[in-house]
Amino acid sequence: MCGEYTPVILQGQHTNDDEIMAKTPLDEKALGGDSSEIIMELLQRFKVRDVMKRQVISIPRNATLRDAQAILRDNHISGLPVSEGGRLYGIVSVNDIIKGLDGGWMEDSCEDHMSKNLVVLEAGMPLAFALRYFNNYTYGRFPVLDSNRKLVGIVSQRDVMRALLYELSVEIRKLERKSSPKAQAAAEQEAKENFFRKEWAVVHNDLSRAGHAANAIKGILRERKIDRTIMRRVAVAAYELEINICIHSHGGVLVLLIADNSIHITAKDRGPGIEDVEWACKDGTSTANDWIRSMGFGAGMGLSNSKRVSDKFEIASEVGKYTIVQCIFDLPKAEQPAPEGAAQ
Amino acid sequence: MNTKEIAGKIEGKILSGTGEEQATNVYVGDLLSDVMGHAGDECVLVTIQNHLNTIAVCTLVGCQVVVLCHNRPAPPDMIEGAAREEVAIISTAMSQYEVALALSSLPPSPRK
Repeated sequence: MCGEYTPVILQGQHTNDDEIMAKTPLDEKALGGDSSEIIMELLQRFKVRDVMKRQVISIPRNATLRDAQAILRDNHISGLPVSEGGRLYGIVSVNDIIKGLDGGWMEDSCEDHMSKNLVVLEAGMPLAFALRYFNNYTYGRFPVLDSNRKLVGIVSQRDVMRALLYELSVEIRKLERKSSPKAQAAAEQEAKENFFRKEWAVVHNDLSRAGHAANAIKGILRERKIDRTIMRRVAVAAYELEINICIHSHGGVLVLLIADNSIHITAKDRGPGIEDVEWACKDGTSTANDWIRSMGFGAGMGLSNSKRVSDKFEIASEVGKYTIVQCIFDLPKAEQPAPEGAAQ
Repeated sequence: MNTKEIAGKIEGKILSGTGEEQATNVYVGDLLSDVMGHAGDECVLVTIQNHLNTIAVCTLVGCQVVVLCHNRPAPPDMIEGAAREEVAIISTAMSQYEVALALSSLPPSPRK
């Protein structure tokens, strides 16, 4: 059967999870129209499953290296998953073929010479994770497994780039169409009113930037000479809520509002909503996944920490739609920011 | 106690900072929410969380010195973030408990 082996072509099925998210339109207002934010949002919003090739050419364990060589050559590919019934056993790469030709073991089974130390991606991982893998490892492509560890696709750097470039061009066109005079008018209106308000976009799963809003908020409070203890309490709530949007929601915004006698931190997201708010507010309860937990998040203390540090805490959520959390901090009389231009 | 003195006590290597950053108390924790809730101002944070978010948490709680245990390396973005935020990073082969024992002349972060 040497050279006659017919490659197994696995036709992956579309799964529903996260597809709703991939279809959620970008919220340009929340993003503030900043193009780097849009790239970050795309990297997080799109999952490996959105860009991977679902048609995976694979070979069983007992096929020979010579069979593998023929398939690699005929399909112009450089890596071939060794898989049976959806279970991934290894990968035969061009390198393994060269070694086989050199060492004279081309008639041996793939199982004996394939690479078994596999680095795989999960279908539900954001593209940002996939890019990190491409940076950290020298492999040109990664097999993709679903949550049941079944082989469902394969993704190359080229697949990622192609998808990103296409989506970017769509988003940039949308942004260009958006006129700026409207946004300017809103900013002017805000400046006239007697409070300070600023909002930050928080992108789903973008842990590399998580904390930037909370840090900016702390900087603003420091500039306004807010008491150190209050500043820290606000910063803790802002950080926890920012992380919550980042790891649990489909993305959203964090809003700082400094009014006459209080500071408000509001976190608004675009879903998926919280089924049992009371449960979610309890210490130690969390729905975070393993890779979030491995970075020290998802301890289930976010909402309870925010509640503990605030003077007033409110939460509202609708499953499938949104969650809004508001933390209010009272400012003692002496702490109230002096109105602009007021005498000492 | 400053970064240099801390590094000396825990046989650590200073990966970022001037060596002069000050610490007056110690907190040990790997869950960032827990650190947010309990670490004291000017603490040494003893942890295994070797990523940029640790620096973000440090700046929020007012911690200037991070100790990474078990020789965990600090990725470049963490070192850059630490330099920007003026947080020192020390790497040591010791475990969290060993570091805690070595720094026992400093008090724990005050209970909240």
